[in-house]
Amino acid sequence: MSSLVALPVLIPLIAAAVLLIARHRLAQRIISLAALIASLTASIIVLVDLWTDGPVTVVRLGGWPGEFAITMVADRLASVMVVVALVVVTAVLVYAMGQGSADEKSSFYHPVYMVMAAGISQAFLAGDLFNLFVAFEILLMASYVLLTLEGTNAQIRSGTTYVVLNVIESMVLVVAVGLIFAATGTVNMAELPERLAALPDGVRTGLQLLLLLAFGIKAAVFPLFFWLPDSYPTAPSSVSAVFAGLLTKVGVYCLIRVQTLLFPGELDGLVIAVGALTMLVGVIGAISHKDMKRILSFHIISQIGYMVFGLGVGGPAAIAATIFYLIHHIPVKTSLFLVEGIVARDSGSSSLDAVSGLARRSPWLAALFLVPALSLAGLPPLSGFLAKFAIVRAGFEDGQYLGVAVAIVVSLLTLVSMVKIWVGAFWGDVEPVDRVGAVGLLRRQPLMAVGTTVIVVSSLAIAVAAGPFYEFAEKAARQTLDIASYISAVRSS
Amino acid sequence: MSIALLVLVGVLFAAGTYSLMERSLTRIALGVGVLGNGVNVLIVAVGSRPGRAPIIGEQGEFADPLPQALVLTAIVIGFALLTFLLALAWRNWTITDNDEVEDDVEDRLVASRVERNAKSTDVPHAEDVSQ
Repeated sequence: MSSLVALPVLIPLIAAAVLLIARHRLAQRIISLAALIASLTASIIVLVDLWTDGPVTVVRLGGWPGEFAITMVADRLASVMVVVALVVVTAVLVYAMGQGSADEKSSFYHPVYMVMAAGISQAFLAGDLFNLFVAFEILLMASYVLLTLEGTNAQIRSGTTYVVLNVIESMVLVVAVGLIFAATGTVNMAELPERLAALPDGVRTGLQLLLLLAFGIKAAVFPLFFWLPDSYPTAPSSVSAVFAGLLTKVGVYCLIRVQTLLFPGELDGLVIAVGALTMLVGVIGAISHKDMKRILSFHIISQIGYMVFGLGVGGPAAIAATIFYLIHHIPVKTSLFLVEGIVARDSGSSSLDAVSGLARRSPWLAALFLVPALSLAGLPPLSGFLAKFAIVRAGFEDGQYLGVAVAIVVSLLTLVSMVKIWVGAFWGDVEPVDRVGAVGLLRRQPLMAVGTTVIVVSSLAIAVAAGPFYEFAEKAARQTLDIASYISAVRSS
Repeated sequence: MSIALLVLVGVLFAAGTYSLMERSLTRIALGVGVLGNGVNVLIVAVGSRPGRAPIIGEQGEFADPLPQALVLTAIVIGFALLTFLLALAWRNWTITDNDEVEDDVEDRLVASRVERNAKSTDVPHAEDVSQ
């Protein structure tokens, strides 16, 4: 079992090396798809074992003893994140093949994409802080290349903002890791909770703020979100879909680890306030924009706010709600960007002024948009309703009435801006007129349709099987909060 | 822990942060390099005490090898980052003939829309007048 844990990192990395040599396009497609499916299978086997009662699985790379080893830890939260991430990455790869953008034609696209997949898996599985930093660098470096692969003016401009901001984030993170090592003498996440607890209060708070700052930039929380709506829209949709769905959520995952494992329950008030402001500012930004990709980018920020708010409320119920939100949000957000990509490819633009009447031309595409859009706004019976309801209920029970009020208002505003996209792009007369005959928007893009449908269906599956999923989220939350069992699992391995 | 090293860290952080604020990409790249070195010196300065090389079989006070291993990794990553930033700067220069970071078009559109709205509320019935 333990050897399977490392596979979602190892397989894509090896595939990336092979892909750099195998430059033939068809060969590249087959190799990367096979590598991702193999990694996905391995991660599902690990998850199935953990789903009911399996123990936390720990791998020591290199076989070094104790805290010196590089450990990979697969508990419920980590392994479910790896599975969701790999499902999304695989479906988007199929979509990207169908899209055949300038990016995917480049022989560097596939190896870099594999490196990013490895980095994402590694970030979820990392058992020590420095390894987490390395995982971040791996996925960031890959994301820099994917974002600027076409080398157009717009991509270079926004790529620069993205790269510089993330470089600063990495510096803050590595300073935090260095100072934590100086203060405690270890970077192992199982050894840290006890040693951090022994530090003076001022030092603890300083270290925690550094970590929150670093992961806050990555998760795009208020007031550190400004880079996101600037850089995501210029990438091709297949790339920005993965960024939107996954990369910010890696930041949220790390925030969860900081607030539950390293500094349990500290600075919760700050986290709640940041979460509420992030929700509000994100949705206001979304309402003021007219381009589909921009609107969706701002919605990433407001949705991150919900998760951060849930995290700040704390306690098993709120953490379970946050984990469920995280699981539901990744496929929903990704599919919205993928639909936007199909629209932009067909119409040459995703501005609401330029696109109209899509519902009449392709009802299926309209459905693929409407399901995740309403889920994002939190309408029952979709998964977004359950996720938002759980967060609101946890906040209400904790007495965070102001935050709960913000959450409800923001979900209404989310609905407003989703309706704006619907009215602007899907209703109205069919334009441009000379393309009226071109029905079957999706039939001409079969691979793009398959990729999007897979993700929308998986988000519906979360809604249909909400009972088991939520039960699992509760178990994962209890395990995440049970620091003692985490420590003993790593030490006894 | 040496005071001189800590002062050096402060100087490197200040200089690096200052260059990061510039609009020219070359200076940003230089800032990233300087800041990265500041971070590396910081980790070595605070994370380890001076001592002999930690080789199995040797006797005496050893230096802690872990922060050095961390810094080695950080140096490699910083090197790759700097290379990528320079490549970006070069590409930007071949496209636009300068290496400044430009404003965001969409942001300017929103700003101009706000300005227009502000003007139209100042002068009521502006559209009627123009007709």
